[in-house]
Amino acid sequence: MAVITTKGVEKVYNPDKIPVKALKGVDLEIEAGEFTAIVGPSGSGKTTLLNIIGGLDRPTAGYVEVGGEDISQMSDNALIDFRKEHIGFVFQAYNLIPVLTARENVEFVMLLQNRSKAERHARADELLKAVGLEDKVHKRPAELSGGQQQRVAVARALAPKPTFILADEPTANLDSESTANLLDIMARLNQEEGVTFVFSTHDQRVIDRARRVVTLVDGKVDEDLRR
Amino acid sequence: MLFKMAWRNIWRNRRRTFITAASILFAVLFASFMDSLQRGAWDNMINNVVNYYFGYVQVHQDGYWEEQSIDKAFLLADSLEQVGAVEGVEAVLPRLESFALAAAGETTSGVLVAGILPNVENKMTDLENRLVEGEYLTESDEAVLVASGVADKLGLALGDTLVLISQGYRGVNAAGKYPIKGIAKFGSPDLNKQMVYLPLPAAQYFYGAPGLATSLALKLSGQDDIKPVVAALRTQLDTSAYEVMDWEELLPDLVQARELDTAGNVIVYFILYMIIAFGIFGTILMMSKEREYEFGVLISIGLQRWQLALSVWVEVILLGVLGALSGILLSMPIVYYFKVNPIRFGGEMASSLEKFGFEPIFPATFDMQIFMTQALYVFILTAVLALYPIFKIRKLQPVQAMRG
Repeated sequence: MAVITTKGVEKVYNPDKIPVKALKGVDLEIEAGEFTAIVGPSGSGKTTLLNIIGGLDRPTAGYVEVGGEDISQMSDNALIDFRKEHIGFVFQAYNLIPVLTARENVEFVMLLQNRSKAERHARADELLKAVGLEDKVHKRPAELSGGQQQRVAVARALAPKPTFILADEPTANLDSESTANLLDIMARLNQEEGVTFVFSTHDQRVIDRARRVVTLVDGKVDEDLRR
Repeated sequence: MLFKMAWRNIWRNRRRTFITAASILFAVLFASFMDSLQRGAWDNMINNVVNYYFGYVQVHQDGYWEEQSIDKAFLLADSLEQVGAVEGVEAVLPRLESFALAAAGETTSGVLVAGILPNVENKMTDLENRLVEGEYLTESDEAVLVASGVADKLGLALGDTLVLISQGYRGVNAAGKYPIKGIAKFGSPDLNKQMVYLPLPAAQYFYGAPGLATSLALKLSGQDDIKPVVAALRTQLDTSAYEVMDWEELLPDLVQARELDTAGNVIVYFILYMIIAFGIFGTILMMSKEREYEFGVLISIGLQRWQLALSVWVEVILLGVLGALSGILLSMPIVYYFKVNPIRFGGEMASSLEKFGFEPIFPATFDMQIFMTQALYVFILTAVLALYPIFKIRKLQPVQAMRG
């Protein structure tokens, strides 16, 4: 069953001035539990597609369905709530809240979901243990290495038990060891928790681990390989 | 968690927080101190003029205060008993007052001659303690007590003779010469340069007004008694024959001058707070710009805009409250110090203040309301300025914000 469906998704930037077509009709179906990498050269539309799938941006034409629901027509506030409940984000620059500890960062979205304190604590500790940071729960982002921060970001993305996780170049700022470590964790969580992962990446190490690779060229799907 | 975030965010950039809080602190300190001094100076002046002479309430024959003529004197015996029986009235000071020309040798000066009952007068005005030379009057004296300003102007000393010439009750000629029994010094420069006291019987004789008085000055238990006493007297006395006036009605010029002075300070406060507002706004502007990326992330992961706006608003308010509270805490001991140790001016400064009718002493008034008012101004100011990031957040698009 498809978790994410895009149909004829187009995105034009600056439509009134000098229009730039970032996406030119993307049709894609991502099944539950997939570990998918979206690859392509710079400017091919990877991040734009991820932003549209994640409800951070709206398509100029076409639509996006998540779990059978068309998110392209949702209001801003409804989209924020939708993201909170269904989508986990892992960003290139980690993007943790600097004034919160690792545990508080992981708890944050659950707090927005009005989960109880006990439940939040238990889930945060469980996830931080899963990413190998059980001894860093009280550390703030500035006290963690880049790899550790990205692992906290993965734990944060998983905490609210989202329908899928979008990761935009998650390993771009990591060294080899941290990259391998992070990929191991994400692959394990994908297997064990059945979480759907969608990456945009340039990184061959990520591409090698993906079970499906969608290649974008000039805003269109050029190749869609399943392994 | 949002409050926790707001609190921790304040301390992210400690230096900026300290600078912003310090600017608020000094604004509150400066404004509180200025207000306390200004109120203190006015309270002191009112105390000098009202408590040491006029009294908080006076009773006259109807129309006396408008004309201030001795012809509007009234018979004392009729009114004394019921005025003194009103609750809140501690003492009734009958006076016979009129202007006269005082002379000594070749020099003359206009003076206010007040006929008083020395013992009763002392209960309110503490006149005896204002003596700098000589002795206090007794009721049977045929002598005067003069203010030091009058003595200086006429070149008189203790024991010298003062000549008084005036027009008495119903146009009789009033003339007399009296030895100076005492010289008193008043805080109010106005009183100091015009007061001459005679015992009431001697004044009644001088003005040809036996058994008459022009006013009853009332000593009250406290300022809170002014309104009830005035109301009670207006009910009990025949208001077609008598007028009952509180000190603000007696001295409208003083009230107006205080209001004008206060209004002048409002402009100073406005300028001060405008400068502070720009400082706070600068901080808010920098903070909003620096954290645009972070705001984008927070909205991306599911924080509603209103929640983010609330958190940032609380953050700015906390910063304002922090500065205002520190300002209050620092102001309190400083203001208290200047209440206990008033600023005393000397030399030319003192002379120029006296020319404007001010005693050159500035005690600070220690009133929590002053501090709270300044804190309230800062709260309102920061609450309004904190609307800026709210507007920014309302329009913020996470993708653009995270693109930088």
